[in-house]
Parts: sequence; structure tokens; C-alpha cells
Amino acid sequence: MLDKALTGSKRYWTWIIILLGIIGAGVISYLRQFDYGLGVTGMSRDVSWGFYISQFTFLVGVAASAVMLVIPYYLHDYKKYGKIVILGEFLAIAAVTMCVLFIFVDLGQPMRVMNVILHPTPNSILFWDAMVLNGYLFINLIVGWVTLTSDRKGMPPPNWIKFFIYLSIPWAVSIHTVTAFLYAGLPGRHFWLTAVMAARFLASAFASGPALLILLCLIVRRVSKFDPGYEAIQSLGKTVTYAMFANVFLLGLEFFTAFYSQIPGHMHPFVYLYAGLEGHGKLVPLMWASSILAIVALIMLVNPNIRKKEGMLAFACVMVFISLWIDKGFGLVVGGFVPNMFERVTEYWPTLPETLITLGVWAIGFLILTVLYKIAIAIREQTASWPELH
Amino acid sequence: MYNGGKIIVGIAIFVGLFVFPIFYNMGKPSAMPEPKLDTPVINQLDEKRCVESADYMRANHMQLLDEWRDSVLRDGNFVYESSNGKKYVMSLQNTCMHCHSNKKEFCDSCHTYANVKPYCWSCHLESKEKAL
Amino acid sequence: MSINRREFLKLAGTSTLIGLTGISAVEEILKGNAEASVLPSPAALTAKRWAMVIDINKIGTKEEYEKITQACHSIHNVPDIGNKKDEVKWIWQEDYEHSFPGISDEFVPDHIKHKPFLLLCNHCAKPPCVRVCPTKATFKRPDGIVVMDYHRCIGCRFCMAACPYGARSFNWRDPRPFVKETNPEFPTRTKGVVEKCTFCSERLAKGLKPACVEASNGALIFGDLEDPNSEVRKVLSTKYTLRRKPEIGTGPSVYYVIGGNEHAG
Repeated sequence: MLDKALTGSKRYWTWIIILLGIIGAGVISYLRQFDYGLGVTGMSRDVSWGFYISQFTFLVGVAASAVMLVIPYYLHDYKKYGKIVILGEFLAIAAVTMCVLFIFVDLGQPMRVMNVILHPTPNSILFWDAMVLNGYLFINLIVGWVTLTSDRKGMPPPNWIKFFIYLSIPWAVSIHTVTAFLYAGLPGRHFWLTAVMAARFLASAFASGPALLILLCLIVRRVSKFDPGYEAIQSLGKTVTYAMFANVFLLGLEFFTAFYSQIPGHMHPFVYLYAGLEGHGKLVPLMWASSILAIVALIMLVNPNIRKKEGMLAFACVMVFISLWIDKGFGLVVGGFVPNMFERVTEYWPTLPETLITLGVWAIGFLILTVLYKIAIAIREQTASWPELH
Repeated sequence: MYNGGKIIVGIAIFVGLFVFPIFYNMGKPSAMPEPKLDTPVINQLDEKRCVESADYMRANHMQLLDEWRDSVLRDGNFVYESSNGKKYVMSLQNTCMHCHSNKKEFCDSCHTYANVKPYCWSCHLESKEKAL
Repeated sequence: MSINRREFLKLAGTSTLIGLTGISAVEEILKGNAEASVLPSPAALTAKRWAMVIDINKIGTKEEYEKITQACHSIHNVPDIGNKKDEVKWIWQEDYEHSFPGISDEFVPDHIKHKPFLLLCNHCAKPPCVRVCPTKATFKRPDGIVVMDYHRCIGCRFCMAACPYGARSFNWRDPRPFVKETNPEFPTRTKGVVEKCTFCSERLAKGLKPACVEASNGALIFGDLEDPNSEVRKVLSTKYTLRRKPEIGTGPSVYYVIGGNEHAG
């Protein structure tokens, strides 16, 4: 089936070449980092995780969100998702690949990465995260490939694949729960030490992932003859709405606990992120942008008349995605490190090589996504005239 | 042959890449390395014996060092009792390199020949006595 | 055909097994040949749980503080990179307010408020850094010392996120050019690994106390926390001490004598 990715329009190849260009810039920057060390990044003794780990965290959510298609389609027989569930699974594959790459580029000794397997350490959450992420990648590869191959042949997928499909549901929850546990179990990091972390992660995941999926569906419709379907997109829009409300609610809970309790250690990271602390406030404009985007998007999404217009829905989805990217793909990690363990403020900002490497990994993800979607679309275009399978 | 030209060019490129290492290394000196034992400390030894026999060390020094490292660092055992009953402090820098103060002529001569690049030296220091 | 394939698989499986066990058998023979064994160092200082008491009242001048830090950093080849971002440190100074955030009071005697405290790894009883390390590169020895295996560290820095005491440093770049005078008896580190104080485990093996203790003129006291007759226990039973962030349950092994010289004796 891979051959379908090798034929395409001029627009397709231009897009591929742009991605390859960004990847090239990323690879060159990574070689520089490999040679010099992680000192090329903006990370420091005080803020020892930065862009890479926060992108990883954000993308685990995007990957997990495939379950928002799998549950309605396979558990509730919601037929409208039949055509696009593959888009969710392929998005998961691209997102998990990016996650693995972001962990890899964050390692100080990448050549020793296999030590995680050679010296398995069950008490380390990172060990479990490596296990569940690779497992999730494997499950989605199998499910995506097998169901698509069957589709192409016009046959229902084999029965054994059901096992992997059902397995993918708790597994998707697990990847984001385990990722939240990376943070939520560390004594001394007040910002992260919260029981609602995993819940908040899942809520934001089920908003940001489907928001991206809606945008991808609209792009797919524009560039191909395959129509994901108005109703499917609308249903995804409802998922985004509910999940975004849940996310904002859970964030509100964090604010309440921190500021009603008035415990300084709990308040300081929030003060740093939203108002600045001791004269340092690099993230303040971003965090407010995130909040405003979230509120405006929610006002638009909750109103059915606006949500039903696809243009407006897309606009809201862009806002949801950016808002959550700032919140989770930046603020969450930095907020855990500022102020530091001595209640002093050291700020973080990514450097140019760090940004290029980050963009490079995103470009690799989008390249994988493009190729996989190209294949899926080609097959969908082929079978569009065929009768429904299920 | 359908697309014959392309296939032949493809095969040619493949074969070229495949045999590249053979041609690349052709004509380069490949004399057997002779690790030198000529250091001040070794010259003063009555019996020129490493912690184990030379044969054993030649074949197993990497495993031995691996065990030494884990033993010292992870189990807190610092002393190695050799098969002949002699005792040594397990330390690459302070025991091995004390005698083998000529890293270039000793370690590197074989490692370069075999094209292995142990990362010992990115942390461990070469003996300063090499200046002698 | 199917029998053939089955036979083949059987054969392949058996020979793989033989191959695997064969290799390990050779290893066993080689090991047996050596008939070697490993022993603890006979001169080593031992304890059930090493601990340290720091009495800053006994450290007077800036030079004395420097001497203690230098004693550690010079023998362990700790680089002086000269910028805060890439900084590597094993033992350092911090004021009262920031050493004890959350429990530091506004109105305390000046000699406490303005006196630098010496901070280092607390060698916790329940170290979070050890709990999170995905490769067991950092681990706790039976004598309570939390050490690093730099060979195994993959540089994920999870331990730095987990350490509530900011005791860990990462080698953001090659540290070697920044070690002014290398101690030839101790390794340096390489870029991409985490490092920290080891309570001088290499010196304990030789029967020596930690370098900072030796350089402190009695201000730093080192001993076995579980031995009621040890020097640390004697100090702890006569003077009021604090530990950093005891409320999070990590069980730090470094104690700070609070209060002035009036309690001395």
C-alpha cells in the first residue's frame, strides 16, 4: 500500500519537500546538539526540562485522542465515524512517533537509550511510559494497517483485530495517565503534585486531539475527493466542546486549591505563569493568550449555531489547539520548575537550535501523517463508490 | 526488460555501495598491533604479570573492567583477589593506568586496529606519567 | 511441506538454545579459570546509615566556606563553568531563607538570617531520585549513600525533576575544559550525565572521611546515624537541628545545627 504515497499532485510533493527542508534544518541542529551537548538549549540546572519534554507531553495527548473515535465507532456502533476512524489511528501513530523522538532528542546520552530495556526498572514511571508508548504505537500500526488492508479488498476486517481494537481503548487512557504520573508523583514540585493531573491531561487531550482531527478532516476534504462527512466532523466538534469544558474546569480546581489555601508553594508557580514573580514574567503573555483563546473558543463551541458552521468550528478548533499547546506544550513543564527548589526564579526560553530541533520533530510527525493519510485517502477514494461494509 | 535501464543503474549503485568498504580499506596498512609494555612501572616489576594472565586479559579485559566497575560502584567492593591470590584495588585510573601509563601505545594500538571506540576516556583520565 | 517447516523450526530453535547456553558456558569457564573474587576494602569506614551534621556557627570566614567547597570540588574534578545555566556543583552556599523555604521565619537572629548554609545532597532515606531513575543509574547503597553510576546514566534528568533539594547537576556540555587542575585519581564526567555529591564513597573505602568534613575544622560532623554512640548522634541529642523539607517524607540525612554558640558544649 505504501506505493500510494509515491504518486501525487504537485501540491503534494511541494508539501513533502517543505517538510523535508524543515526536517533537514532540525537534523543539522540535532547534530550540533549531539556534538556539543544539551547546553545548546535554553535548559539549565534549575529548569532542567524544557521544550522537548513539554512537546512530548502535549503529543501523548494528541495520540491518546484517537480513542474518541474508536469508542463511538467500535463500542457504540456510531457508523458516521466508520470512514474517519482510520484518520484518528494514523494521527496516533504520527503523534506517538513524535513523542518517542522528543524523548530521544532530550536525552543527554542518546546512545545509551537501550539501558532502559537492559536495566528495566519498574519503580520508574519513565520505564512504564516507554513501555506503554511503544505498545500504543504497535497497536495502532496493527489496527490501522489491518483495517485499511481489509477495506481495500472490500472485506470486513478479520475478527482477531477486534482484540487489538478493544485493547487500544484502555491503552490510550494508560499512555496519558502514565505520562501524568511522570509529574504527579514528585514530592517538592507543588505545581505538578496534584491528583487531578491525569484527569486534566485526559481532558485536554480529548479537546486538543479531536480539534486537530477536525482541522485535518477539513484539509482532507479540500485536497482530495474523500469527504470525511459533515456529521462526523460535527460530532467531533461536540467532543471538543465537552472536553474543553472539562479541561477548563479542572484547571479552575487547581486555581482554587492554590489560592484559597494560600499556601505559598502552591501559589507561586501560578503567580509566575500568570502574573510574573520577582520581576520575572516571560510566560505571562503566553499564558494569558492561552486563557483568552480558551474562553473565546468555548463561547463559540458551546453555541450550536456557531459550531454548526464549519468555518467557525475550524476557527474555534485552531484556538483550542493553540490554547492547549501553550498550556501543556509549554507552561506545564516550565511551571513545575519555576520557582526552583530554593524558591528562587530562573527563567527558561528555548534557543534557536532547540526550536529548530523541535520543528524538525514536528515535521517528521507531519511527514508520517501525510504519507499515512495519503494512503488512507487513496483507498477511501477507491472505495467511495462501494457500498457500506458494516 | 521493463524499465531495464533504471533497474541496471539501481543494481550498479547498490553493488557500488555494498563493496565500498572493501575498496575503501584496500591498500591501507593492516599490520598486527603490538601493544607496548615498555613503561617505567612495568619495567620495575619482578614478574611481568597483569592482574590475570596475559591471555586471559587479552580476551577478557573488557568483561573484567565491566565487572570491576559494577563491583566498585554498585556493590562497594573495591578489592580484587586475583586467581593467584594477589590483591589489587579495582580502579581503571589508579591500578590499570598506573602500570599501563602509555595509553597510546598500549590501549589505543589495538582499539584503533579493531576500530573499537570505548568511551572510557570521556570520563577517566589517562595517566599523567605518559609524559615520562 | 508443513512437517518440513516444523522440523526446520524445531531444529532452529534447538540450535539457538544450544548457541545461547553454549556462549554462557564459555563465559562460565573463563570465569572459573580466573578463580577470582572481589572483597570490600579492609580499611573502609562502614556504617548502617551515613549522616552529616553541619554547624555553620563553627564556620567563620568566607575563606573557611571556600576551603570546604574547594576541598570537595577539587578532588572530584567538579568543573567551574562560570555561568549559572551550565553550573555544576556538589556543595554550595545558600542563605537561610532559601535553604529552608516554607519554614524560615522572618524574625530570626541576624547570625542565622545572614549566614550562608552549606547545601549538598541529602542522601535521603527514601530518595525520590532513585525512585524515578529508569535505569538504576542512581541508587542507594546499603549504608544509605545515594550514588550515581555515570556509565549507565542516559541523561533523561528525571532525577533532577524529582530531587526536592536541587542537589543534582547536569553536564550540559563537556566539563573537562572547565576543570582547572584535574585530580588524576578521580575521573571527570562527560557531557550528558547527571552528577552530585557521593558523600565521598571513594574516600570512605580508603578509611577517610569526606573531604568537606576534613576541611571543616569540626564544623561538619560525619557518622553513623544508627549508632547511638556516634558523633552525629551525640550532637543531635544535645543540639536543636533542622533538616530541609522534612515534611515531604524523604528522610534527609543532613542535619543543620540551629542556634548560636550559646548552646555549644
